[in-house]
Amino acid sequence: MSETFILEARALRKYFPTGASKMLQRPTDLVRAVDDVSFGLRRGSTLAIVGESGCGKTTLGRLLARLIEPTAGSVVLDGVDLTAASARELLELRRDIQLVFQDPYACLNPRHSIGQSIGTPIRIQKTLDKAAEKARVRELMELVGLNPEHYNRFPHEFSGGQRQRAGIARALALQPKVIIADEPVSALDVSIQSQILNLMEDLQTSLGLSYVFVAHDLSVVRHIADEVAVMYLGKIVEIGDPESVYGRTAHPYTKALLSAVPVADPRRAAGRQRIVLTGDVPSPVNPPSGCRFRTRCPKAAERCAAEEPVLSARSGDQPSGHRVACHFPE
Amino acid sequence: MTLLSVQDLHVTFGTADGAVRAVQGVSFDVEPGETVAIVGESGSGKSVTANSLLRLNFGADVRIDGRILLEGRDILAMDETQIRSVRGREVAMIFQDPLTALNPFYTVGHQIAEAFAIHHPGTPKRELRKIALESLNKVGIPEPSKRIDQYPHEFSGGMRQRIVIAIALVNSPKLLIADEPTTALDVTVQAQILELIAQMQAEHGSAVILITHDLGVVAEITERVMVMYAGRVVESASVADTFLTPTHPYTRGLLKSVKSLDAGRHERLESIPGIPPSLINLPSGCPFHPRCAYAESLGGRCETETPALHLVGSSRSACHLPDERLLGLLGGGV
Repeated sequence: MSETFILEARALRKYFPTGASKMLQRPTDLVRAVDDVSFGLRRGSTLAIVGESGCGKTTLGRLLARLIEPTAGSVVLDGVDLTAASARELLELRRDIQLVFQDPYACLNPRHSIGQSIGTPIRIQKTLDKAAEKARVRELMELVGLNPEHYNRFPHEFSGGQRQRAGIARALALQPKVIIADEPVSALDVSIQSQILNLMEDLQTSLGLSYVFVAHDLSVVRHIADEVAVMYLGKIVEIGDPESVYGRTAHPYTKALLSAVPVADPRRAAGRQRIVLTGDVPSPVNPPSGCRFRTRCPKAAERCAAEEPVLSARSGDQPSGHRVACHFPE
Repeated sequence: MTLLSVQDLHVTFGTADGAVRAVQGVSFDVEPGETVAIVGESGSGKSVTANSLLRLNFGADVRIDGRILLEGRDILAMDETQIRSVRGREVAMIFQDPLTALNPFYTVGHQIAEAFAIHHPGTPKRELRKIALESLNKVGIPEPSKRIDQYPHEFSGGMRQRIVIAIALVNSPKLLIADEPTTALDVTVQAQILELIAQMQAEHGSAVILITHDLGVVAEITERVMVMYAGRVVESASVADTFLTPTHPYTRGLLKSVKSLDAGRHERLESIPGIPPSLINLPSGCPFHPRCAYAESLGGRCETETPALHLVGSSRSACHLPDERLLGLLGGGV
């Protein structure tokens, strides 16, 4: 297994106690942000995790880099269990797994020059001396399309897209194997989004990177993913290669998500049938019994309330990577 | 009669770094019941234009020139009392972030009733409550009689935006300005809200100006599109023309950058190189020329001469390229 997968999540769970109940001194309610999630990321490929707010995709991303401790389960990076590592071992392991964040304004220290920020991982890990660090940072700036002469400029002097380039350069500073990118383009303008997505693709090819790409937008993911996992209330409801997930969609939630994406073509926008889901995502403190999607699902039946569907290949399908958690897949 | 006529609007903000020319010579008309989209990226001037329509651009150092005629009356020439009777009654606005648009200290029922009472003083309390209840019902809030006494924090993002829409529509305005109404929402909720806006528009007969950066949203619900770049309108056309025969290189670039669900795996996206210009230090001539792949072919004209909007086919475009090249932008290469 571990030879094909650079990163694996094994039965990962993260439950957050909710604050208010602590004061009342009764057993705390738990937010099941990530609830039994498993997958493998193939070397040199991109796995996209897609879902709406509150589905647990960001928590999952943070668990993968062990920025937060899982309640149960493990994360295996290139054969080594991240979740079992000591603080000291973890520091070293983190060279191989780096993050790119959503907000290019919040993720750079406004008091540090862009060059200082990009070099921060090198200083923390003490991999290079001062002169070599500076040279490496300039090299990185060039790599992501920033002008190395702007080394001493501060974040406020850059646009959103340029800052995101700096965030990517910083993530690359230690030559990681895996990058977790949490909504790296959703704060950017449309024309800039394409620049950043193309940059990430180029870097993947030239540096052999593997990506976990967290997004809420199925159309962005279509261009970059080798595998797509759709999450709903802490669980993966459908996973597979993009041709299957987009072309032979099995889960009613994925179907609704796809049909909700606005299409930039007035001829097609007029002609298509849209599945508009009613209501909002239920609270993850008290998820519905059985299938968590059943309260909004157009196909829900009695069985869905009683029995939780297991993520498995659709009956009749050849066993493949395409799996769905639904009693009545399309 | 034309509902709204904006003529040669200029908005300039004075800042410590110099004058920010946010809007430069924008003109357009909106007919009753029509839906018009203003599309642009951050800094294009689309929100400043929208805010000017209700004179919401306040601050020490703002200069607004031009004319904004609402059924012939100039909004820029009105005194405070007159403009207040327009705001919320004749022209209402929906903002991007429904949480900051609502007051956290008052129940949603109170806030809907207040929007009505301001323009209908002396309405009895019981009547106001009935109106608030009806509005909540109309925008699809479940259990309105219970929800009416709840506070904004007790609602989800999508529900809050429904309440903001209820407030905007309580006086049946002639014009509804929606500034990125779905940007802060999840896609499945976005679909619900767009449907609601279209449905409410049909019911009230209001005209809608939709401000957005998302061409997908535009294709879904509008009839006419204005594309803004660096404070100017660069293209104005019907929604079909905008998408099928864009007549400005910037519009073409925007369309090509839209991600498609039908794309192949690792299919490359076309992107517009460079970044939008600073509004303090605008490029000479056409503001788009430093990022435009076609500028070179016109031998320097784009750097010196600002193109004016003119008719190209059935669209209006502000580009120096000859008509036949503009009409073939989508098909041909650069």
